[in-house]
Amino acid sequence: MSDSGGEAASRTAGEDATGGRALPPPIERHGDVLRRLGVVRYTDDIKLPGMLHAKILRCPHPHARIRSIDPSRALALEGVYAVVTGKDMPRRFGIIPWTPDEYPLALEIARFVGDGVAAVAAVDELTATLALKLIAVDYEVLPHVTDPFEALRRPEIGLGKSGRDNISKHVALDFGDVEGALAKSDVVSEGHYYFEGSAHVPIEMHCAIGDYDREGLLTVYSATQVPHYLHRELSRVLEISPARIRVIQPPVGGAFGGKSEPFDLEFCVAKLSQVTGRPVKLLYTREEEFYAHRGRHPMHLHFKVGCMKDGTLTAVDAKTLIDGGAYSSFGLVTTYYSGQLLTLPVFPPAYRFDSTRVFTNKPPCGPKRGHGSVQPRFAFEVALDKLAVEVGVDPIELRRKNAIGGNTTSLNGLRVTSNGFLECLDAVERASTWRERRGKLPFGRGLGVAGSSYISGTNYAIYPNEMPQSAVQLKVDRSGRVTIFSGQSEIGQGCDQLLRVIVADELGLDYSAVRVVSGDTDLTPVDLGAYSSRGAFMNGNAALMAAREVKQKLREAVAGKLGCELRDVVVTRGALCHRDEPGRCVDVTTAIQLAEARFGTLGAVGHYNTPKVGGDYRGGTIGASPAYSFTAHVAEVDVDLATGEARIVKIWVAHDCGKAICPVIVRGQMEGSAYMGAAEAVLEEHVIRPDGLHVGPSLLDYRIPTSLDVPDLEALIVESHDPEGPLGAKETGEGPLHPSIPAIANAIYDAVGIRLDRLPFTPARVLQALREKRRREGDDNGAALANTAALANTAALANTGPVAKTAAAE
Amino acid sequence: MLPLPVFQHHSPTTLADAVALMAELGDGARLIAGGTDLLPNMKHGLVEPEHLVSLAGVRELRTIVLTDEHLELGAMARLADIAAHPEVVRHAAALAEATAAVGGPHHRRMGTLGGNVCLDTRCVYFNQTYFWRQALGFCLKKDGTACHVVASGKNCVAAASNDSGPALMVLDAELELAGVGGVRRVLASEFYTPDGITNTVRRADEIVTKARIPLKSGRKSAFEKLRRRGAIDYPLLNAAARVDRDRAGVIANVEVVVSALAARPKRIKAQGALAREVSIEALVEGYANAAFKQCRPLTNLDNDTEWRRDMVKVVVARALGRAAAADPE
Repeated sequence: MSDSGGEAASRTAGEDATGGRALPPPIERHGDVLRRLGVVRYTDDIKLPGMLHAKILRCPHPHARIRSIDPSRALALEGVYAVVTGKDMPRRFGIIPWTPDEYPLALEIARFVGDGVAAVAAVDELTATLALKLIAVDYEVLPHVTDPFEALRRPEIGLGKSGRDNISKHVALDFGDVEGALAKSDVVSEGHYYFEGSAHVPIEMHCAIGDYDREGLLTVYSATQVPHYLHRELSRVLEISPARIRVIQPPVGGAFGGKSEPFDLEFCVAKLSQVTGRPVKLLYTREEEFYAHRGRHPMHLHFKVGCMKDGTLTAVDAKTLIDGGAYSSFGLVTTYYSGQLLTLPVFPPAYRFDSTRVFTNKPPCGPKRGHGSVQPRFAFEVALDKLAVEVGVDPIELRRKNAIGGNTTSLNGLRVTSNGFLECLDAVERASTWRERRGKLPFGRGLGVAGSSYISGTNYAIYPNEMPQSAVQLKVDRSGRVTIFSGQSEIGQGCDQLLRVIVADELGLDYSAVRVVSGDTDLTPVDLGAYSSRGAFMNGNAALMAAREVKQKLREAVAGKLGCELRDVVVTRGALCHRDEPGRCVDVTTAIQLAEARFGTLGAVGHYNTPKVGGDYRGGTIGASPAYSFTAHVAEVDVDLATGEARIVKIWVAHDCGKAICPVIVRGQMEGSAYMGAAEAVLEEHVIRPDGLHVGPSLLDYRIPTSLDVPDLEALIVESHDPEGPLGAKETGEGPLHPSIPAIANAIYDAVGIRLDRLPFTPARVLQALREKRRREGDDNGAALANTAALANTAALANTGPVAKTAAAE
Repeated sequence: MLPLPVFQHHSPTTLADAVALMAELGDGARLIAGGTDLLPNMKHGLVEPEHLVSLAGVRELRTIVLTDEHLELGAMARLADIAAHPEVVRHAAALAEATAAVGGPHHRRMGTLGGNVCLDTRCVYFNQTYFWRQALGFCLKKDGTACHVVASGKNCVAAASNDSGPALMVLDAELELAGVGGVRRVLASEFYTPDGITNTVRRADEIVTKARIPLKSGRKSAFEKLRRRGAIDYPLLNAAARVDRDRAGVIANVEVVVSALAARPKRIKAQGALAREVSIEALVEGYANAAFKQCRPLTNLDNDTEWRRDMVKVVVARALGRAAAADPE
């Protein structure tokens, strides 16, 4: 079996999708059938004997001191078992070890509308809900702030650690002579961009069950992406030895980064179970899901990007104000990522960024798919488009000209190995017939391009340690079946399937003979969790290491049986054979039995740890990753000139995933990412009112796309065969989201000649910008709509058309 | 999850029993048809009935009948069935299009005509959880005294948000209501009132039993809805238009109603627009401009009020454009 990792050239999948290996044919994503049939058992489907139901009382003020809490009336209600408050769990936690600033329930100060202050356990959900109204809390309302600029102007509100300002984190880094390079530039694009925040909106809401048994063993079931971190924080906050805690992660119905740190409910169910001696379940309402948030940060981005007449980029000067909401969450990392992840795949040789994250009295922001880097990517890729237009260079050509390339180091010290970005550009240019159509479509229709890069996991664990970042154990059974015990969290992204394919391929087994046990801290080795797009790269390498150890034993056993040299034994599908005499084979099950007889019970462990890479300066390791994925999008939009609606017709998504081990998963992640970005471009915005109230914490008011609103998506897989990735693979889960938004913005410009530098591109904003453009261009009728007859001739409003037409025609 | 409060459920199987139950149970009782409006509102604490009287078992209310003079739709006819019904599509296109535009497929499968006609008014300050409304300080439609849409406003301006109402109005439909006092008929155009708290003339113990739409040759109608997504959303605006042509094919009569503005759908007055020799373009423009002048969206549904006002022109032009352009039979 040849190793394809050494190949220099990238290629698009389809030419040879298996890279010469005997990978199983394309199959449906594992578990999808069960999900579709509705038989997957999520956390809320678990019902333990004697289980109570909990609810959390939340603060109705954006900032308030808790003078006192009187639960006596609630406790008197029939069916109520216990009430706990902040005083029952007075220990801070936080996902980043340097910024623990949350309590399971607010101890003295509640910092946003929706901050938890007490939790009640009752015989059922209705009783618990009724009991909330009976808990009396005496609040002293404090001054609050919801606007990040105001947070800078009013330090006396004191949301920062010192209590003397509202600063969460400030990072300023310089690379090269930015002033000089900008001064020498032929053109400088200066713009202020605003990215309104957005939420993850998993269909399964957060849910947890605490079960503190009579022997003092605490089991917590939770819809989490990070069982290991939850395990650690439960131990710290509840002061229970980690040896007495087990975290089980049942199948998760969507996470997208919104379940990648501990939340109030997990501590509350554990504590309430300890207090009552019964299992306790808590399921968030949709409203609470929006308050727990950790969604994408709103960012104000001031960008200066310079270039020469020929399209050569000169420098980037970025100043960013990040609205963090009430708590730190991953904010330290977000602040770095807002600058550090911009330097690939297209960048000039001079750069500085200055990013400040402030606290505000709003639901806390955190990591959402494309953590910290989707917002600056929007600003930068739109700036590139503006420059391309100004100097008269095709936007794809401008990107080609300034591409960083492979086997190099970025300006800020990111080590780049494989890089298929140019192939991604080629793929979208070709598929969208860019050269034939861009700039030549009728007014109202346009094409836009954007590119991006993303990490395949972070190089360093969230808490500093020298231990592996990822691990698996293999149990090899003499029946010809292999079980993988994996610490990675399957959250619908397909990591379990990836492991099955890798191990089945390595051992010549049928895919169905390999099973995965994951998401249980008692059964599996430690893996840091499903975040930072680390699963395929790190967990895949761990599985490969373990599988190769077993393979070696199988080959040795077969060599003995066939009486040949070890080097002559190769693994094929279903059997181990003599490389030159295909007839001399031993089927895999027999090979396993031979190996077990020779070596004893078979099994292996595998792990992965990152090489030491990153820039040699403070913060230089944040953004460092063992490998980077690359993406390019071309979006096509159709702007309704009467309503202002920018309908996204199609997005071509080319993504360099290194190697598509499971093409069906890779395509799904590419489409899912592009769709999620498109929704943020035109539809979704997570808005908190000046009084601290969420504008509409429901699925009616926070609008995610329906199936009718999803554009046509075409996934173009590019394989660059990463030298360190498992079988050459890199990340796919988050990278392909980034270019959606700027590609759509640039397509709107191509369609109607307007720049919308703030998100989302709502019909109202598009129409407003169209009018301003007409006014600028001296059209006397600028304020008027397109003439009414033209409005009437359009068959129907684009948005309502499909439903009305199809249903009426049935 | 938001739990439903406790209530007692009644399942009459005849209209007479349902009417008698409503009279007997009094103020604490509410009718439930498809439940797509009522149940979420109950979870939000917006209505707190002690009794729910379900019309699901009253089979006589489900029929869709074409007579020589009328199209009669039972109040319990499902929205999906109405939208797909060939006679509705043929004689009452605006209603077919309106019912097809309600919610998503599940809502249209559960939702009924009577339920949609009686849909409670909506407002961003009202259709929220108890917790949210408490944090706001409540509003005058429920639990409070202040209006958050119109500062110092004393009247509730929650918006009619059903799609069937404007369609039934332009189609000259009559609604039949049954109560202990007997049956009465009310024109759809007189069914709604300007009060956002209770925006219909239906008494609490009355049951809307059917809608009767007169058949008229030369009549064409159309419906348009403004919303941000292809499904699910309540209207940010909607418009129904109807055009009658005489035997010579000349437009004799036009009716346009715009809704999702305030509690009562608004009938657009544009007498001057319908002159004898008017072109369709001029007619459409006349009504679109008149509607623009007469309709002023409030912040009750969202903050893009200027855009919504501009869109009044667009939805009216598109609805009337189709109704006027269609060839009469």
